[in-house]
Amino acid sequence: MRDLSKHIIFILATLVLLLLGNSVTYGSTLKVCKTCTYTSVKQAVAKAKPGDTVLIEGGEYKEHGIEVNKPITILGRNYPVIDGNYKGQIITITSDNVTVEGLTLKNIGTSYTRDDAAIRVIERSNIRILNNTILNTYFGIYLQNSDNCVIKGNVVTGQDVKGLNESALGNAIHLWYCDNAVISNNKLQGHRDGIYLEFVKDSEVKNNLSENNLRYGLHFMFSDRNVYTHNTFRMNGAGVAVMYTRDIRMEHNTFENNWGAAAYGLLLKDISSSIIHNNTFRQNTTGIYMESSSRLDIKHNEFDKNGWAVRLLSSCIQDTFRLNNFTSNSFDVSTNGTPTMNHFENNYWDKYSGYDLDKDKVGDVPYRPVSLYSMLVEKVPPSIMFMRSFMVDMMDNIEKVLPSFIPENLVDEQPMMRKNNYDNDRKLTKVVR
Amino acid sequence: MNKIIKYVFYDIVRNKIVLAYTLFLLLLSIGLFNLGGNPDKAILSLLNLVLLTVPLISIIFATTHFYNSYEFMELLVAQPINRKKIFMSEYLGVACSLSGAFVLGVGLPVLFFGASLTGLYLVLTGVFITFIFVAMAFLASVITRDKAKGIGIALLLWFYFALIYDGIVLFILYSFSDYPLENATLALTALNPIDLGRIIVLLNLDVSALMGYTGALYKSILGSLWGVGLAFGLLLLWVLVPYFTSRRIFSKRDL
Repeated sequence: MRDLSKHIIFILATLVLLLLGNSVTYGSTLKVCKTCTYTSVKQAVAKAKPGDTVLIEGGEYKEHGIEVNKPITILGRNYPVIDGNYKGQIITITSDNVTVEGLTLKNIGTSYTRDDAAIRVIERSNIRILNNTILNTYFGIYLQNSDNCVIKGNVVTGQDVKGLNESALGNAIHLWYCDNAVISNNKLQGHRDGIYLEFVKDSEVKNNLSENNLRYGLHFMFSDRNVYTHNTFRMNGAGVAVMYTRDIRMEHNTFENNWGAAAYGLLLKDISSSIIHNNTFRQNTTGIYMESSSRLDIKHNEFDKNGWAVRLLSSCIQDTFRLNNFTSNSFDVSTNGTPTMNHFENNYWDKYSGYDLDKDKVGDVPYRPVSLYSMLVEKVPPSIMFMRSFMVDMMDNIEKVLPSFIPENLVDEQPMMRKNNYDNDRKLTKVVR
Repeated sequence: MNKIIKYVFYDIVRNKIVLAYTLFLLLLSIGLFNLGGNPDKAILSLLNLVLLTVPLISIIFATTHFYNSYEFMELLVAQPINRKKIFMSEYLGVACSLSGAFVLGVGLPVLFFGASLTGLYLVLTGVFITFIFVAMAFLASVITRDKAKGIGIALLLWFYFALIYDGIVLFILYSFSDYPLENATLALTALNPIDLGRIIVLLNLDVSALMGYTGALYKSILGSLWGVGLAFGLLLLWVLVPYFTSRRIFSKRDL
């Protein structure tokens, strides 16, 4: 009995000691302001011990090359601004468990050899980059070989990209070999790519707004098992590009106004076993461009006012289009050959002119979404100049009555008579945003 | 000469057909502008109808009118008036009355509902198309004395420019699809006033982004003021060539 109580006292004593020790190591806050002990962030970071908080008060600091090599929290209060003055990187993180929150970082010059960024993380994990504003930088947030990081609530604004060269711009958020990242609620604009992911696995990208970027709103390659939900990609030079990846989930995203001679809403190249549900594609030159993509489940999407809703190249196999709405598109589906094993079912096509005698809301006549002219354009691009010509309309109508050239198997056997109504919380997110 | 133009003009305006044509165009354009909310879309639909109906009506009306006023022309030829002047006043009378109908029928609604540069191009294209097809109608009518034959030729001309030509070009493009055809397409479209007019208007609309590389090339050529001037210059050439050819035939021929 005595032994036991001795043990308990011992355990309690250790616990108290541990707690005390914790409060000692994690308690101190180093303030940075014009009149404080520390007048520069660099000093404070150098003096800080692991677990400390560097609290930066409002004001402008002209600093660059702040290296964070211990697990600390850098916190901004009253919107402090750190001006890099085009001299190099502002914050470089070389330690695990660092949090950077509430700062405004600006002015990073273009550097082709070093790829300067406002915040760079080098081979570390558990980094949290929250609610920062990053203005006028080459790269915004750059993570390399860093796992389990959170990038949330940041605003990354570059410059007006009109007339600029792709190589003169960096990416707003750039991740390279980073697993389990969470990128959410960020606003990205005026860069080359809004979000660039390469070799990033098991990550989540949600609620971001990426617009007015020169190239892609979202660009990812070799990044398997990621989830993209509730993002908006708008007015980017070429839309969103997804390449060489598998097991992706893209849901509730909005792709709009990606309009131009070489623009896409969503470009899919070598994607397989992925899910594309409940997205809206509005006013894109091409809604979805699909090349060598297989086993995709494309369901409940809205294709509205696109030039081409879907361009399905003949290298695509086993893709399923179900319960989508196709409205006001110049071309619903176009293809360059005879793609096989792709399945269209229960979609709504506004160009469908069939009837429904048994009133089961499914048209009795199959619909062929590929028009003869769209195939011709795919084969001979210059023939696009005859768009809206009377000859072309006539050709399409004749082909519709007696199909002989358009691919046999590209057909929706059960087109819907009415628009598919499905539950989606897209409207809600729009209001929230 | 002015007197003859005035006479022909009033003669046609009194004619119920031109009035009906004006009303038809007016109803069509107002209807299209009210149907869709977007004026750009209405202009696009209007463009299709204009490029189909305006050449047809112009060419048929002008041909029949020419044959119907044959006696009047014979009477004028007996007077001390130059044949060229007679021909020119006939031409201007018909072309002006038809294009007046077009401006009233399409130009006014465009001005009210969708006034833009594209709208202006549409109206200008329509006026040029009217002048071109009236000139072609006159060419068809001076070639032969036979009214039925003349109307047949006129219809064939319309059929060729509105339909067959596009078919032939598409066939050519398809057969030579292994070659870079952008410049060839440009040249080929210049050989058909209807295609030329359509492209001038289309390039100014949003849909031009669909046209990819070819569209970009066209835009780089036709997008500038100089390019648009060139395109309308080509259209003017399309008016002048058939007009002068037919005038030559008319002034030399035994009536």
